[in-house]
Amino acid sequence: MVDLLNFREGETIGETPVSIEEFLGASNATAVRIAPGEDARALLPHLDRIALVEVAFPAFGDGRGYSSARILREAGYRGELRASGDVLVDQLFAMRRCGFDSFAPDKALDPAVVEATLSRYADVYQKSVDGRRPIWAKRHEVN
Amino acid sequence: MYLYDSYDQAMVDARVEEFRDQARRRLAGELTEDQFKPLRLMNGLYLQLHAYMLRVAVPYGTLSSRKMRMLAHIARKYDRGYGHFTTRQNIQYNWIKLEDAPDILADLATVEMHAIQTSGNCIRNISSDQYAGVAADEITDPRPWAELLRQWSSFHPEFTYLPRKFKICVIASANDRAAMRLHDIGLELVERDGRIGARVFAGGGMGRTPMVAPEIRDFVEEDELVSYLEACLRVYNRYGRRDNKFKARIKILVHELGVDEYRRQVEEEFAHMRQLGIQPPTEELDRIRAYFAPPVYETGLPEEVDRSDPDFALWLDRNVLPHKQPGYAIVNISLKPVGGIPGDASADQIDLMADLAERHSLDQLRVTHAQNIVLPYVKKADLYTIWQQLDAAGLGTANLDRISDMIACPGLDYCSLANARSIPVAQKIARRFAGNGKEEAIGELKLKISGCINACGHHHAGHIGILGVDRKGTENYQLLLGGSGAEDCSLGAITGPGFTEDGVVDAIERATDLYLAQRQEGERFLDTYRRLGMAPFKEAIYG
Ligand code: SF4
Repeated sequence: MVDLLNFREGETIGETPVSIEEFLGASNATAVRIAPGEDARALLPHLDRIALVEVAFPAFGDGRGYSSARILREAGYRGELRASGDVLVDQLFAMRRCGFDSFAPDKALDPAVVEATLSRYADVYQKSVDGRRPIWAKRHEVN
Repeated sequence: MYLYDSYDQAMVDARVEEFRDQARRRLAGELTEDQFKPLRLMNGLYLQLHAYMLRVAVPYGTLSSRKMRMLAHIARKYDRGYGHFTTRQNIQYNWIKLEDAPDILADLATVEMHAIQTSGNCIRNISSDQYAGVAADEITDPRPWAELLRQWSSFHPEFTYLPRKFKICVIASANDRAAMRLHDIGLELVERDGRIGARVFAGGGMGRTPMVAPEIRDFVEEDELVSYLEACLRVYNRYGRRDNKFKARIKILVHELGVDEYRRQVEEEFAHMRQLGIQPPTEELDRIRAYFAPPVYETGLPEEVDRSDPDFALWLDRNVLPHKQPGYAIVNISLKPVGGIPGDASADQIDLMADLAERHSLDQLRVTHAQNIVLPYVKKADLYTIWQQLDAAGLGTANLDRISDMIACPGLDYCSLANARSIPVAQKIARRFAGNGKEEAIGELKLKISGCINACGHHHAGHIGILGVDRKGTENYQLLLGGSGAEDCSLGAITGPGFTEDGVVDAIERATDLYLAQRQEGERFLDTYRRLGMAPFKEAIYG
C-alpha cells in the first residue's frame, strides 16, 4: 500500500479496521471496514465509539461506497472516513463531497494532479455533507 | 430559454479544462484505456467501430439558433460534415479524433453547451416534450423543472458511479410525446388543489428486458422533488444489481423487489432526505421559470394559409401542428428523407434550420425523440417561405408519424455492439412504401428499428418494431407488433421467426395490407392490431 492521503485536521488512525461483523460482535475495535454490499446504517447506533471507517472500493466503478460515506456523515459521524482500494484521482472530488477525508489508493496518485483536481470546481450544484454552499444557495442567499 | 449565469458558465469551463487534462494524460500514456474509459464516457466520448463518437447534450431538446450553428460548425470542422440527432434529443458525431475532443468541448462551452453525462453510468441528459411551451394540452411548461434537474444531476457526488445509466424524463401533459414511461424515472407534472407537483414513475426502460414504468407516487410537491429523487437514486445506487450488466438498470431492481417494496424503501429514505435541506428553495425554480416565460406573441395575425401549391399543402397537413396561440403553428422538420439516414443532417442543413429559426421561430428549435427538428413559434403567414427553403435543402419531406418517419439506431454501420445493420433496412422500407403509395393510405404508423437487443432504436415501443439479431453469423430481423411509447404505452410482441433484410420489408407490407383491409373508421394500425390481436397478423405474415 502507498501513503495515505490525509485531509483531516489531525493524524490518521493507525488501527487496522475489522469487518462490520466482527465489530458488531464482542470486539473493542474502534476501526471498522465496510465492503460494497454492506449496510453502513448497521454502524449508526455505534458511531460514538468509532474512530475510523474504511470504505472499500475493490473497483472504482462500484459506487455504493459513496452512499455509505454520505449516510455516515448525514448521521453525524465525525471520525475518519477513508476510501481504500481502486481510488483514482478523478474520483477524489466526488469522494470528498461525500465526506471522505482520507484515502488509501492502491496506486500512488500524483500530488500535483490531486491538487489540480480538487481545486478545479469553484462551486457545486448540490448540497452534500462537505459543508459547501451549493450554487442555488448562493443565488438566493439562503442557508 | 434558459441562459447560463456565471456559476453555470464556470461549471462547463472547468469541465473543459478537466477533460483537456484527462485527454492529455491519456495521450501521454499516463492513463490506460481502462482508466480513461469512465472519464471519457462522462464526457460523451465513445470508442466506436471506426473512430470516436462524441455525443453532445441538448438539454430537454431545446436549442437557440446560435447553439444550432455551433452544432453545424462542429460537424464541419471536426467531423465529416454531418451530425446525427438521437432518440435522447441529443446530437452525436461519428468521426471524432480524441485530440480534437477538448477543443470541441471548449467550442461548445462558448454557447453554453456541453457533453456532460451524455454517457456513463450516471444521470443522463434530462428529456422532455418537444412541444413544451407551445402545446395546448400542457398544464405548465416542463422545461424549468428539467433545467432544475439538469443542474441537480450535473456532477452529483453520490450518483456518478451508479449500477448503470439513468434516464429521467419530465412531461406536463396527459398526452405523452416523450415515451416518459420507458425511462428509469418518468415525471408527469400534474395539478392538485391548485398546486403543481410530479407524478412519479420508476423502472421503465427498453433494452433486453423492456418494462413500462409503474407509478411509485401520485404526487410529489414542487418543493420536495429533489429530495424525493435523491431518495429514489440512493435506494437504486445501494441495491441495484452490479453483478450483471444486463440486470443493472433500475427496472430490474423495481421488478425484483416489487413496486411496493421499492416504494416503501424510497419513502423511508425520503423521510430522512427531507430533513437534510438538500432541496433548492422555490425561488430557484421561479428564477429558472422566468427564462421560459411565454414570448410576446403578435396578435391579429391571419389564420388563412394559401394551399394552392399541392406539395406545400401536403407538407402542411403532415408536418405542421396547431399552436396554442392563434396565428401561429408548430413546424416539424423531418430528418427522414426517403433513402436517407434517419436523424442525420448536414452542416449546411443545420445552418439553414438555425437561420429559419432566427428569422421565423423566435430564435428557437427543438430536437424530438423521434429524431426530427421542431420550429415551435412560426407565424402561419411564414409557412410557405419556410417550406420552400426547407424543400430546396432536402428538408421538406412530408412524413411526420408516417411509416418512413421511422426511428433507427446507427446499427452495424457504426456501432460496435450491433448484430445487424439498421440503416439499409430503414431505407428499403421507406423506398418501398413511398414508391407504392401505401404510406399515404396507411397514415400514422410508428416504426422503430434497433440493430441489437440494446434497443437504442426503441423497437419495443414501435407500432411496428424491428430488431436485428445475429443468426448463425448472418443478419436476421425479428418483427414486433403493437408497441407504443405514448400515453397508451405498451410493449410490442414478436411475430415469430425472423426474416432476411428483404423478407422483413415484405412482412411489413403484408401486415399493413391486412390493416388496410380490416381497419374500421378512424383506426390507426396500432388500434386495428389491438382490436384483432396477433393471430390474423401472424397468419398474414407467415401465411
Ligand atoms: S441498438 Fe444496438 S446496434 Fe443499435 S445503437 Fe444501440 S447498441 Fe448499437
